[in-house]
Amino acid sequence: MAALVVVMLLAWFNGRTKAVASAGAHPSTLHSLPGYSGTYLAIWSVLPAFILLALFGLFGDLLLNLQIRHSLPADIRALPAEQVELFMRNARALAFGGTASETSAALQEAARAYASLSRTSNFVVIGAVILLTIGGFLFARGRIGKNFRARNHVEAVIFGVLVVCSAIAILTTLGIVLSLLTESLRFFSEINTLDFLFGLKWSPQTALRADQVGQSGSFGAVPLFAGTFLITFIAMVVAAPVGLYSAIYLSEYAKPATRRIVKPILEILAGVPTVVYGFFALLTIGPFIRHAAEAVGLSAQTQSALSAGLVMGIMIIPFVSSLSDDVINAVPQALRDGSYAMGATQAETVRNVVFPAALPGIMGALLLAISRAIGETMIVVMAAGQSANLTANPLEPVTTVTVQIVTLLTGDQEFDSAKTLSAFALGLVLFIITLGLNIISLRVVRKYRERYD
Amino acid sequence: MDTSVSPATQTTDTQTAQQAPKVQARKVNVFYGNKQALFDVNLDIPDRSVTSFIGPSGCGKSTFLRCINRMNDTIDICRVEGDILLDGKDVYARDVDPVILRASVGMVFQKPNPFPKSIFDNVAYGPRIHGLASNPEELSEIVETSLRRAGLWTEVADRLDEPGTGLSGGQQQRLVIARAIAVRPEVILMDEPCSALDPIATARIEELIDDLRNNYCIIMVTHSMAQAARVSQHTAFFHLGKLVEAGPTEQIFTNPNDKRTQDYITGRFG
Repeated sequence: MAALVVVMLLAWFNGRTKAVASAGAHPSTLHSLPGYSGTYLAIWSVLPAFILLALFGLFGDLLLNLQIRHSLPADIRALPAEQVELFMRNARALAFGGTASETSAALQEAARAYASLSRTSNFVVIGAVILLTIGGFLFARGRIGKNFRARNHVEAVIFGVLVVCSAIAILTTLGIVLSLLTESLRFFSEINTLDFLFGLKWSPQTALRADQVGQSGSFGAVPLFAGTFLITFIAMVVAAPVGLYSAIYLSEYAKPATRRIVKPILEILAGVPTVVYGFFALLTIGPFIRHAAEAVGLSAQTQSALSAGLVMGIMIIPFVSSLSDDVINAVPQALRDGSYAMGATQAETVRNVVFPAALPGIMGALLLAISRAIGETMIVVMAAGQSANLTANPLEPVTTVTVQIVTLLTGDQEFDSAKTLSAFALGLVLFIITLGLNIISLRVVRKYRERYD
Repeated sequence: MDTSVSPATQTTDTQTAQQAPKVQARKVNVFYGNKQALFDVNLDIPDRSVTSFIGPSGCGKSTFLRCINRMNDTIDICRVEGDILLDGKDVYARDVDPVILRASVGMVFQKPNPFPKSIFDNVAYGPRIHGLASNPEELSEIVETSLRRAGLWTEVADRLDEPGTGLSGGQQQRLVIARAIAVRPEVILMDEPCSALDPIATARIEELIDDLRNNYCIIMVTHSMAQAARVSQHTAFFHLGKLVEAGPTEQIFTNPNDKRTQDYITGRFG
C-alpha cells in the first residue's frame, strides 16, 4: 500500500512535468492545467493495481479454499460437510501457524499444499500489481500531451468514485433487507405466517430435548406489537403537545435572544444517551408511578408501559419541537401580516393561519418521531420489563418488538432454531412498519415543500 | 414645513363635511432602533377618496402606511412618536386596542397573501374572528357581498370551497381585498397592491379601487406614477423620510411646488 502511494506521487509529478514540457514555452496553450495531467497519470498508475489488490483481498481466500478442497483425497471429500469444514480449518491453522485440534498425515499434506499455493498466489498477485502499475503508467504517459483532455478524464473518474460511494450505502441496505428476508423465510417455513402475525401468545422458549415440559414455544407476535404501539402511543401523547407547543413558543412568541438559548438546550435532550433515559425511567419515574398508583388504590409495578412511555415521550420532544419549529418558521411572514391586518390576535393567527399552513410539515415531524419511538429499545428494556403481556393497562409491564429481538439474540444461541429465527421475522415486520411510516412522512413533507417554495 | 392638505373647516355643510379628514397625522416620527425613518410628517387624508403615496424606495411611505393601522407594532425595534388621528381619535392612545383598530383599518399587501384555506374561509376569516355573523346564512351573505364588491364573485361563485392559493395572482389580490372588505373597515391601506401583477390584472384592480372609493377611505403606496395619476385624487410625495409635498393629484403632477417633486415626477431621480 505504501509503495502504491509513493508510485502515485511520483506519477503525479511526472505527468505534470510532461504536460508542461509538451506545451513548450506557452503553458497556457495546454487543454488542461498540468495538475490534471499529473492526477490522470497517478490514477492510471495506481487504480488498476489497487482494484486487483482489493479483489484479491476479497476473493483470494475463497479461491484458495476451493482449490485445496478439490485437491483433497477422495475419502476426505466424501465426509459430511461439517467435517470437511473442520478439516479445512485445521489445515489452515497448520499452514499459517494456529492451533489445530488434531493432526494427521492427510492434514499435514493439505497444510503443505495450502501454504505453497498461498505463496505462489501471493507472488502472482504482486507480479500482476507491478505489471499493471507499469503498464498503466506507460499507457497514460503516452497519452499526455498538449491537446490531451486530462481534465475531462479526471472528471469521469471522480464521477465513478461518487457513484461507487452511493452504491455502497444502497447495496448495504439491500443486503440487510435480503438477509432479513431469507432468515425470515426460514422462520416462516417452520412457523405458520398467520399464527405469527395474529397469534396472541408469545413464548419463544422451545424444547431442546423431548422430555422438557412447558416449553412448547408459541410465536404470536400480537402482544409484542401491542406493547410497541401502547408505549409509542403514550410517548406521542406526551411528546406531540409538549413538542408542538414549545415549537410554537419558540417560533412565534420567544424573542430572538431567548430562542437562541432555548432551542439548543431543547436539542441537548436529543443527545442524552437512551441508557441514561432508561435508568431515569427505572429509578425515578417507575417508583413514582407505583407510589402514585398505590395512593389512589391501583396496583402498579415499577416496570410499566406508562413509565417507559413517559420517558420516551420526553426523549422525542426535541424531535417534534425542532422539526416543527423549522416548519413553522418556513410559513411566510406575509400570511401572519395578513392575519394581523385583519385584526386577529397572535393566538388566533397561530391557530387559524400558521398552524394549518404548517400542518403537513408538522405531521411529517410527528411521523418521524413515531418511527423513532417504535425503534427505541433501551428505555423499554429497562423501564417496561420483558414480559409479553397483551394488555391495554399502562400500569402493567409490557414488552416491545425491539426488546424481544435483543433478548432472542443475546447470549449463547444457536442460529437455526425457530426461537432465534423469529427475531429476524420480527425485525422484518418492524422494518416494514417504520419504512412505511418514513415513506409517508417524506411524502407529506415534500407535498408541503411544493406549496411554498 | 407645514404641508397639510386642506385643513378641516368647521362647517355643517354636508359637502364639506364629507371632505373632513378621515386620517390626520401630526408630527409623526418613526425610528427603527437608532435610525430615524420618518421626520415630522403632518398630513390630512380625506375620506371617500384615494390618496397615493409616491416616492423613491426607502423614502418611508410604506412605514407611514403601516403606522396608520399600527402594523409596525409587530416589529420589535420600531418606535412611533407623534399623533395619528382616525376620525379625530389618536390610534396610538393608551386605550386603543391595535387588534380592534386593524378591524376598521384594513390592509392589502404587495404580494397577494391568501391563507391556505378555501376561498370561502379566506373571506370569512375576519367576520368569524370578530363575530360579525350570528348564523351561517349571515356569514355566507357577508362573503358573497364582499366578493361581489371585490369583483370576484362571478369568477369564483361555483368554487368557493377550492383553496384560495389556487387562484391566479390578480384573482388572489382581489380575494385579499374581499377579505379586507369583509370586516367592514372604514379605511383600506394598500401597499403597492399591483406591483406583483401583470398589466391586465393591474387594470382590474385599479378599476376596483376606483369603485371602492365611494365607500371607503383608500390609502395606497405605489411606485407607478401613472397609476397614482390614474386612480388617486390626492397624492403625497415622500423623500428621505420627509413628506415633501401633498395635494390634489392634478396639482402635484402638473404644477408641483417643490423642485424635488418636479424632479421625481419627471423622472430625474428615483
